[in-house]
Amino acid sequence: MIKSGEIGRDAIKAKGWLGAHKWLLLRRFSQVAVMLLFLLGPLAGIWIIKGNLSSSLLFDTVPMTEPILFLQILATGFVPAVDAIIGFLIVVLFYLLVGGRVYCSWVCPVNLITDAAFWLRRYLGIRGGARFSRNLRYWMLAMVLILAAMTNSMAYEMFNPVSILHRGIIFGVGLAWAVVIAIFLFDLLIAKRGWCSHLCPMGGLYSLLGRFSPLRVRADKREACNDCMDCFVVCPEPQVIKPALKGAGKGIGPVISAAECTNCGRCIDVCSEDVFKFGLRFENQIKVSVVKDKAH
Amino acid sequence: MSDQNRNKVKGDSQQTTRRQFLVDSARTACGVGLLGLGIGVYSQRAGALPANALRPPGALPEMDFLAACTRCGLCVRDCPYDMLHLAKMGDDLPMGTPYFYAREAGCEMCEDIPCIPVCPTGALSHELTDINEARMGLAVVSDEETCIAFLGLRCEVCFNICPIRGKAITLEKRHNERSGKHALFIPVVHSDACTGCGKCEEVCILEESAIRVLPNPLVQGELGSHYRKGWEEKSKAGQALVTPDTEHRYNLPEGVRYEHDGEGLIIDDAESPDPNSAIDALNRGLGE
Repeated sequence: MIKSGEIGRDAIKAKGWLGAHKWLLLRRFSQVAVMLLFLLGPLAGIWIIKGNLSSSLLFDTVPMTEPILFLQILATGFVPAVDAIIGFLIVVLFYLLVGGRVYCSWVCPVNLITDAAFWLRRYLGIRGGARFSRNLRYWMLAMVLILAAMTNSMAYEMFNPVSILHRGIIFGVGLAWAVVIAIFLFDLLIAKRGWCSHLCPMGGLYSLLGRFSPLRVRADKREACNDCMDCFVVCPEPQVIKPALKGAGKGIGPVISAAECTNCGRCIDVCSEDVFKFGLRFENQIKVSVVKDKAH
Repeated sequence: MSDQNRNKVKGDSQQTTRRQFLVDSARTACGVGLLGLGIGVYSQRAGALPANALRPPGALPEMDFLAACTRCGLCVRDCPYDMLHLAKMGDDLPMGTPYFYAREAGCEMCEDIPCIPVCPTGALSHELTDINEARMGLAVVSDEETCIAFLGLRCEVCFNICPIRGKAITLEKRHNERSGKHALFIPVVHSDACTGCGKCEEVCILEESAIRVLPNPLVQGELGSHYRKGWEEKSKAGQALVTPDTEHRYNLPEGVRYEHDGEGLIIDDAESPDPNSAIDALNRGLGE
């Protein structure tokens, strides 16, 4: 049984507690800051940003529209007004640059719930449960769009925990807390990392958006890896690490290029050998010395 | 395991991969499809708007509105009177969509309609620029048994609060049968002017409002498309379009005729003597 305290122990020894939690803290700060920015209006009357994550208006001028909502509108056959189109392009452009799933790990409020469920799952030593394909999210995405086309309405919005939770926080909770509990229990008891890493169609869409993003995590010092496996344990999408970290022999470069990587940076935190760092997707060639080593 | 063995196993697993892939895909498609069916049915059930919930001004017809509204709440934020709400989860409304209840607070009909331009998708149609053209619903005097105007009491609160006073609601004078000598001042709603702002329902003095604002499709009748009003067609054409009117001939005494335009019986010789009056009889005698 792995206790949560044991993960990253070496990293804490090597870099200190702050050093081993730098990106996690920054990420939590970002998630809470986004929430507070939205709450500042209704609570304090300071309107920096208005609306919610579905659609918002920054400084009363810059529109932003959630891509999955925009695509659902298009699927219903409705042609949205220009604000929504501009808002969609702004959001898409941003995530094309920084990595689509940056939304999932740095912005989305549901991540706080599923990370908490994952932490408790490890703490309590809960193993097993339902297993889904990680491609399920793309099927879900297709289903959401087909459903919009067939019902002529944004049917998925009756179910979408991300928008229900965020709207609940900003505009009044209602029964949204039930969604929080449902997602938490689902991830805790039914499927490990079930929602964010397998099912969520928004995660699927953001994965597609991040396919070619320049900002990536790189395992540049991968030869220093001591196989402690901490990065694989904390990573919400551990399958993305393996090619970059262990692929030197197969001629795979050190960039974690898989679209599903959320750029959360937790692997950077927990690595005592500083194998990982944030960088750009370019310069993904293998160091000559490494190739020579394995070429026999 | 030697490399050779591993390759063999790998080869075998690749053999089964194609079959496995198809089975897995079918299974996933089926599961996701069932979930989709569930969400679809649920959304259709839970997506119905209750009759007393009204949409903000400029809202597209409900079906289009549900396709276009992102549920962002920007209209709610820009309403200076805070009378719009977003449906919470668990409310009996399509989740996250904006609405108001007229009885709680009606629309104040701002001239610049601030809720509309802020709507990013046009679910609140940007084409609506004159708030008087808004059709959020239609007021109906729904209970003539409790509306105190019908009881012969002076109220007229709905008439006076109406932002389009004197046009959307008028007062119709009727005879008070009960007292025999007073008038009833009956509120009458006119759909050509009523915007459905809901102020009348909000201020109705009864415990439960006797005037309600409901979505237009719930209250408005519609004539059959083949229906023609004869009198309108006649005036348009300048003449009768059916068999030409022949003047009806009444079997009336001489000097008496019938006026169709409202005057009724007319006795041509207005000064005609009354046979029962003694003075007239005398005059008649003198005249002849």
